[in-house]
Amino acid sequence: MHFTKDHEWIAVEGDVATVGITNYAAEQLGDVVFVELPEVGKVLKPGDSLAVVESVKAASDVYSPISGEVVAANDGLSGNPETVNQSPESLAWFAKVKLANPGEITGLMDRAAYEAFLQSL
Amino acid sequence: MRYLPLSPDDRSAMLSVIGAPDIDALFVDVPAEARLPGPVDLPHVQGELEVERKLAGLARRNRTAGEGPFFCGAGAYRHQVPATVDHLIQRSEFLTSYTPYQPEIAQGTLQVLFEFQTQVARLTGMEVANASLYDGSTATAEAVMMAARITRRTRAVLSPGLHPHYAATVRTMAEAAGLTVEALPLAVDAEAEVLGALDGATACVVVQTPNLFGTATDVTKIGEAARAAGALMIVVTTEAVSFGLLKSPGAMGADIVAAEGQSIGNGLNYGGPYVGLFAVREKHLRQAPGRLCGETVDAEGRRGFVLTLSTREQHIRRDKATSNICTNSGLCALAFSIHMSLLGETGLRRLAQLNHARARQLKAALEAVPGVQVLTPRFFNEIAVRVPGNAAELVETLAGNGILAGVPVSRLAPDAGMDYVLLPAATETTCDSDISFLSRALTKVLAP
Amino acid sequence: MSMLSTGRPTRPETAAETGETATLTGGRGLLQSEPLIFELGGWDKTGVDLPPVPDELGADDLGDLVRAEPIGLPGLSEPETVRHYVRLSQQNHAIDLALYPLGSCTMKHNPRLNEKLARLPGFADIHPLQPVSTVQGALQLIDELAHWLKTLTGLPAVAMTPKAGAHGELCGILAIQAAHRAKGDAARTTVLVPTSAHGTNPATAAFVGYQVQEIAQTADGRVDLADLAAKLGPHVAAIMVTNPNTCGLFERDIREIARLTHAAGAYFYCDGANFNAIVGRVRPGDLGVDAMHINLHKTFSTPHGGGGPGAGPVVLSQALAPFAPVPYVVHGPDGFELTETDARAFGRMSAFNGQMGMFVRAYAYMLSHGADGLRQVAEDAVLNANYVKARLSAVMTPAFPDGPCMHEALFDDRWLEGTGVTTLDFAKAMIDEGFHPMTMYFPLVVHGAMLIEPTETESKAELDRFCDMVTALAHAAKAGDTGRFTGAPYHAPRRRLDETQAARRPRLKWTPPAPEAVAAE
Repeated sequence: MHFTKDHEWIAVEGDVATVGITNYAAEQLGDVVFVELPEVGKVLKPGDSLAVVESVKAASDVYSPISGEVVAANDGLSGNPETVNQSPESLAWFAKVKLANPGEITGLMDRAAYEAFLQSL
Repeated sequence: MRYLPLSPDDRSAMLSVIGAPDIDALFVDVPAEARLPGPVDLPHVQGELEVERKLAGLARRNRTAGEGPFFCGAGAYRHQVPATVDHLIQRSEFLTSYTPYQPEIAQGTLQVLFEFQTQVARLTGMEVANASLYDGSTATAEAVMMAARITRRTRAVLSPGLHPHYAATVRTMAEAAGLTVEALPLAVDAEAEVLGALDGATACVVVQTPNLFGTATDVTKIGEAARAAGALMIVVTTEAVSFGLLKSPGAMGADIVAAEGQSIGNGLNYGGPYVGLFAVREKHLRQAPGRLCGETVDAEGRRGFVLTLSTREQHIRRDKATSNICTNSGLCALAFSIHMSLLGETGLRRLAQLNHARARQLKAALEAVPGVQVLTPRFFNEIAVRVPGNAAELVETLAGNGILAGVPVSRLAPDAGMDYVLLPAATETTCDSDISFLSRALTKVLAP
Repeated sequence: MSMLSTGRPTRPETAAETGETATLTGGRGLLQSEPLIFELGGWDKTGVDLPPVPDELGADDLGDLVRAEPIGLPGLSEPETVRHYVRLSQQNHAIDLALYPLGSCTMKHNPRLNEKLARLPGFADIHPLQPVSTVQGALQLIDELAHWLKTLTGLPAVAMTPKAGAHGELCGILAIQAAHRAKGDAARTTVLVPTSAHGTNPATAAFVGYQVQEIAQTADGRVDLADLAAKLGPHVAAIMVTNPNTCGLFERDIREIARLTHAAGAYFYCDGANFNAIVGRVRPGDLGVDAMHINLHKTFSTPHGGGGPGAGPVVLSQALAPFAPVPYVVHGPDGFELTETDARAFGRMSAFNGQMGMFVRAYAYMLSHGADGLRQVAEDAVLNANYVKARLSAVMTPAFPDGPCMHEALFDDRWLEGTGVTTLDFAKAMIDEGFHPMTMYFPLVVHGAMLIEPTETESKAELDRFCDMVTALAHAAKAGDTGRFTGAPYHAPRRRLDETQAARRPRLKWTPPAPEAVAAE
């Protein structure tokens, strides 16, 4: 698993990356009430909006860390947004993206680096 | 000054606590060039006696609807609002409370909104209604914007029966946002013409029933055809009492309903404040504008109500909000809800039947006037009639005889080529003598 | 992801026992619990007596257009209706009960004379499309009110028809857009807005298709001139600035802000929500404003009504006046006219003629105060806010301690550090003490913001009562009495409500309960 400074995680299998938000992010957001997921087929560049996570009082953008095309979205989240709070780093993945540029992954943090980053906040 | 509690002693004591020598010290950040040395050039303080005298004088210079035979409609209707309604909305806790952002001490407002939303959903036959918008015309514009968001298309087609003020409001908002609006030329009974103007860029068709000319239409097939082409059907109603007699917009397949609620609980008030009713399909809820009140429980498990799904709104989503709207039409929605509670379904149906009966009497009376032709084939409580000559001039003449005979179409659409069309409406407040006065006066004025 | 830090708890912990003696039926003294009208039965009942309809005038002429399916709405007799709504009303806080310190809302007293005059049949029972000759008094009132608004603001024109503040913002931005289009200037695609702006500002600009860019704030809570100058350019259509700003501070450099904006070919939209601080003492026209909406339900006392209706007329500079929407009143030699068609107008804000009911109330308010009274309003509003700021600075941390505030005082939550009590918790404890909380978490630029606007209609005694209460609570928080706050409110009609559930599983209307399942045995 790789991590970004914006508290997203990415798990790569072959040329498909699964993206979600970290435990830390989920905790900071409070109760998640809705997740706006991208459409399958959407083409992303790093920094594009991948999803929007809504809590009662705020809507937080999740930015794509990578380039690629959305090949799946976790529709199960629409009826069960609490999954994001319960299992942010596994069951509550947001989307699967077919990587256009696998090299982008190497610039991201591993778990140890991310934990260290969290300590510095 | 009777509304200002501070005494000169209070002010000095407070300035001491603050540590300022005088009030001007608190305005120190105002640029010197912009500081007004004294009061602006307007009259000084006046007591209730003088203010009442002045405003009562202005009020007397207006002819009220109740003074004589009255037939104006065209989007605002005169109904009998029970005395209880106005009495209840003046309770301090309703009149002087704020938006219910602290729900624990606003359950009164919130429960009323929940009841209101339920009433509006049931009246319109739709799955979900919001807590009201400003009025029917802005609700229509919001509906068009919402349809554009949902379909990701950029064009709206407005029917030949849509109230011209509503069309103008839609055009103003939608064109500002980069949409194109095609408003079809006015026609008495042609809502389905919108289908002829459908194309691949059309986000919505907007139909009105009963329409400007009073014509009631079953728009079910229009909706089906619109959706087959990827567009939504917005159904507009300007006379809410019609929900008590006519097939609901929801039963006719409306995707969004934008209606004016003024007829229930709210007087004419020269055009405002009114109350916009807005109802949608559940699946489109997140794209809907305006406040929503939802049911929940408190920490002791007791049922309560809160504003919800606020992430659509401006105070959270800011530039990504579904609308910029901040207020609803709170007190007017309360008045609507109280009147609806008093009426109940039974009362509303009876009221609607009465309105329709009066309009049938009106139609019969006008048909009997030589030279007058009723144009509206199917109506609720308003009709369009063709008169010889200019309808606006006729209205002025009849006004001189103490009769407010209705709205000439040329008042709303001076370039529609309908200078000969008059829109009279009848409600439960119209009596036999009103109708006979009108027909006698018309006959006399139109006699060669 | 962008971490908006307002993700504060929205689900209460299960309530602790309050230790009171429970009643046998759940009643609580004067406070009555009240079900929904749908739970009171009465599906066939009505509280309105109407005459019968003769058979020959039935709806047979409408055929299939007649509503076949039931509507499903209960009715109540008049006594039941009164009980229902009076019981509900007692579950609301209101200005008439106590100081309502909501910053940026201007919760001043709503004079009852205004209610009486708005209900005169000559204002209430006239139709918006009656012949103009029959409503000269109404048009005259609108014209005179317009004159007061123009004189108080120093701007030459006013659009009277917007139905609320946000609607007024839309009107102002549309006038600006029309002005640029008339000059053939299509490159202006951006609107600049301070980080402290009210949400309606960027929402309005975006609604109309503009890109929104933020202007930074200085350490003393004002617009950063250097940042503004850097961001202005030929692509900027307008700036939207609130003055006094949402931190309760007067923008000292406002004339320079206007000068820079105009030099860059853009227009200055001023959000007039805080006009109560300067009415009668400063004219926005003298500050270089091109358009400003005025919330009649704030500065001019029309009632908040639980959320509306409002009214938001927009004063306009000479440059923008030609584009004002229809309709508008013209005072001609033969009386008052209503202009409903104007080729240069950017369009129409809504059907009919504006919020006449609110015009009557606001005009009665203005006539009552007069020019001298209105000036006193601003002075007392600013005095009251500074008094509250002075008294509460002893226990709370003002966000901008240097210099006076205007009509509202802004605090952040540094003084709560280490107490385990948040801004939200503090607000809920205020409810128990009988006060409506101040505005919380706005403006967004200050952490845990608490914005207090007392208004001028508060007596010194009420201000002292309020400050005494806040001081006592602050001491309690600092002394570690955390439970008082984290479980509050204890004494309101409801404890804290589960907003999470309301958003996750929206229930937006009453539905009949499912029939009881029959036991399988």
